[in-house]
Amino acid sequence: MDRISLSLGSGGQLMKDFLKDLILKHLGNPTLDKFGDSAHLDLTGKIGFTTDSFVIHPIFFPGGNIGKLAVVGTVNDLVVSGIKPRFISLALILEEGFAVKDLETILSSIKTLADEAGVQVVTGDTKVVRKGEADGIYINTAGIGEVIAEPGNIKEGDLIAVSGCIGDHSISVMVARGEFEFEGQVQSDCQSLHPLLPLWKMGAKWMRDITRGGLGTILCELGEEQDVPVFIEESKIVLSPPVNALCEILGLDPLYLASEGKAAIIIPQDLETEAINFLRTLPLGEAAAVIGKIGGIGKKGEVVLKSVAGGLRLLEPLTGELLPRIC
Amino acid sequence: MMDPRLLREEKSVRVLLKEVEKSLSRIGRELKLMEVCGTHTMTSYRSGLGNFLRKIGLRLISGPGCPVCITPNGIISAAVEFVSETPNVIVATFGDMLKVPTNKGSLLKIVPDKGSSVKTIYSPEEVIDMAKKNPDKQVVFLAVGFETTIPSIGWVVEEALKKGYENVSLITCLRVVPPPLRAILSSGSVALDGFIYPGHVSVILGSLPYEFIAEEFRIPGAITGFEPVDLLLGIISVLKQIESGQPKVDIAYPRVVRREGNPVARQLMDRVFEVSDGEWRGFGIIPGSALSLREKKMDAVEKFSMDTSSSWENKNCRCGDVVKGAIEPPECPLFRKVCSPEKPMGPCMVSVEGSCLIHYKYGDVEWIA
Amino acid sequence: MCLAVPLKLIEINDDIGTIESGGIRRKVNLSLVKNPKLGDFIVMHAGFAITIMDQEEGEKTLALISGWLEQEEQG
Repeated sequence: MDRISLSLGSGGQLMKDFLKDLILKHLGNPTLDKFGDSAHLDLTGKIGFTTDSFVIHPIFFPGGNIGKLAVVGTVNDLVVSGIKPRFISLALILEEGFAVKDLETILSSIKTLADEAGVQVVTGDTKVVRKGEADGIYINTAGIGEVIAEPGNIKEGDLIAVSGCIGDHSISVMVARGEFEFEGQVQSDCQSLHPLLPLWKMGAKWMRDITRGGLGTILCELGEEQDVPVFIEESKIVLSPPVNALCEILGLDPLYLASEGKAAIIIPQDLETEAINFLRTLPLGEAAAVIGKIGGIGKKGEVVLKSVAGGLRLLEPLTGELLPRIC
Repeated sequence: MMDPRLLREEKSVRVLLKEVEKSLSRIGRELKLMEVCGTHTMTSYRSGLGNFLRKIGLRLISGPGCPVCITPNGIISAAVEFVSETPNVIVATFGDMLKVPTNKGSLLKIVPDKGSSVKTIYSPEEVIDMAKKNPDKQVVFLAVGFETTIPSIGWVVEEALKKGYENVSLITCLRVVPPPLRAILSSGSVALDGFIYPGHVSVILGSLPYEFIAEEFRIPGAITGFEPVDLLLGIISVLKQIESGQPKVDIAYPRVVRREGNPVARQLMDRVFEVSDGEWRGFGIIPGSALSLREKKMDAVEKFSMDTSSSWENKNCRCGDVVKGAIEPPECPLFRKVCSPEKPMGPCMVSVEGSCLIHYKYGDVEWIA
Repeated sequence: MCLAVPLKLIEINDDIGTIESGGIRRKVNLSLVKNPKLGDFIVMHAGFAITIMDQEEGEKTLALISGWLEQEEQG
């Protein structure tokens, strides 16, 4: 079979073969191999849990695909919440006619990322919908793990670091879609953040995955949720050359672009050198830097940005879509 | 080649701010400069320079060069209505226009009719590509802009006519800069000490069209670029002219603006468009301030019998006076009480570079760099 | 209405050029400018070159600022 057929959904031998020849072939592990309706898992202590769905287009982009993103998205949500990821579920919704070859690539990516991040796919589900009722493939993942840190206790003077350049995923997808007729190979920064886990033990206080809405939105949420003033310096934020070029040409604010493998991290002042040195050893971490702090001259809940020019302005969360300008 | 970052970095900015401060203290009074172009408003508030300059006695007032602010409601709502009630059409426009609310909704949020869609473009050229790829659909280009953009919009018209793309037409709101400046100055409604002229509009126009401001009205001005340092160089030029008492139209952006402008672009504009009277939201009609299509079959409003007359103004809205620089946003009775970014009553609160929106977000700032 | 950026011209094909910046390429419409040359920095607005940057004037502007900065450091 080289295309997914609607009859796969009716169960029976077709589904059995599908599970054996595709799912288990790529993702097999002792728990999944059992084929139960549910998985029994060994977890100790407090458990952390998250879920996310992925409906991206295009399904394949430079630096990844929807499968990689599905693992990364869920693993990262756990990592930044102080949870060591252990197990994930994988639910697929496939459009009738979806190419099996593409599914194999996606499953293979899922396996690669899961292994990298030290997680296992232990349960899942597959449904097929009629042609036109889904955009190729939709994926939902839920992830659980062991809580290893309780984020919080943020104080004035704490520093805000970013684990690398921002905005690469957004720009990668934009160029891959051929939007506005730009060309080039722009790699997404889609990657697992599990290498950040040691930072919790080192003393990190709070983390967030920089995804939709970008760093700017996260900082605004930080200010509001923690009821603290936030101060950041635009000159400390690093952009890769293609991201910088497109922001200049289209008038996009990089603070609102999404990454998929970068985190904002709050650390106490005395951890600065150790934390930044550590971050810079990680993949895509060369540009890791402290970009701001808790405190400064704004009111509680306000984010004040010092521009590259040296002037100050208030930062707001992204409202609605980020659109190119001619003005 | 030297480092272009010099044009935006803090150390360059600080050195120029010192020059500004020295000049201001010699002049000895508060000054009001009008920066015409929305992109200057952007530079001013994103860099934080606008706030800083206000504290040291130099007020930058946002002028009428904001396409989003001055496009009449009826033109945008006609496009919204068209895409929601006509099957198999594409309405294409610049990102700046997408979020503008009208009495019929916004282009971003409206649900298009069957087979229809709203497309954001970066370049007018994409309209031709869309027409080529969708021969069975009507492509309507909501074409809004000033002299910087008008030549490229004109190119689309010529290309469509040359190549016979009969499925392309335009809803236009094309405006030119010098007439509203004359209207503002003639009305006497605002006392200005100088102008920051739009750098990229001037790439097309050159410096001659502004000369009347220096000669007839004796007001200094500088054609200015858009990096923070460029903005300060323009301001410094205006301050020098104030000190010397010799107003002129200085080109403070010589790497890109020439006295004669871009004649090739102006010839194209002339071939495709004719001068007409234009309605400016908040201002009313300004004679000779618009460009309209010579070739009527390219006009989507005529082609599809669109109604562009619907108005959506709160009668207490004072955007017109704000855009002229006659009042500051807090002086409008609706500001903050009724009018906010979530519930805008007029264009000055809608546009990202609108005076009222900027004042709402940043006006109460008490600190400076 | 004035967002425009200086970009390096790396290819010319009659009225269509290619600009490059940071590894990104795009076509640019050259019909509004006269005699563009490879290596020129065109000023691109909405996908059209509206003029060619005068590099000498650019250098003069940068030198002006550098000069002020030096004075400041010495003063």
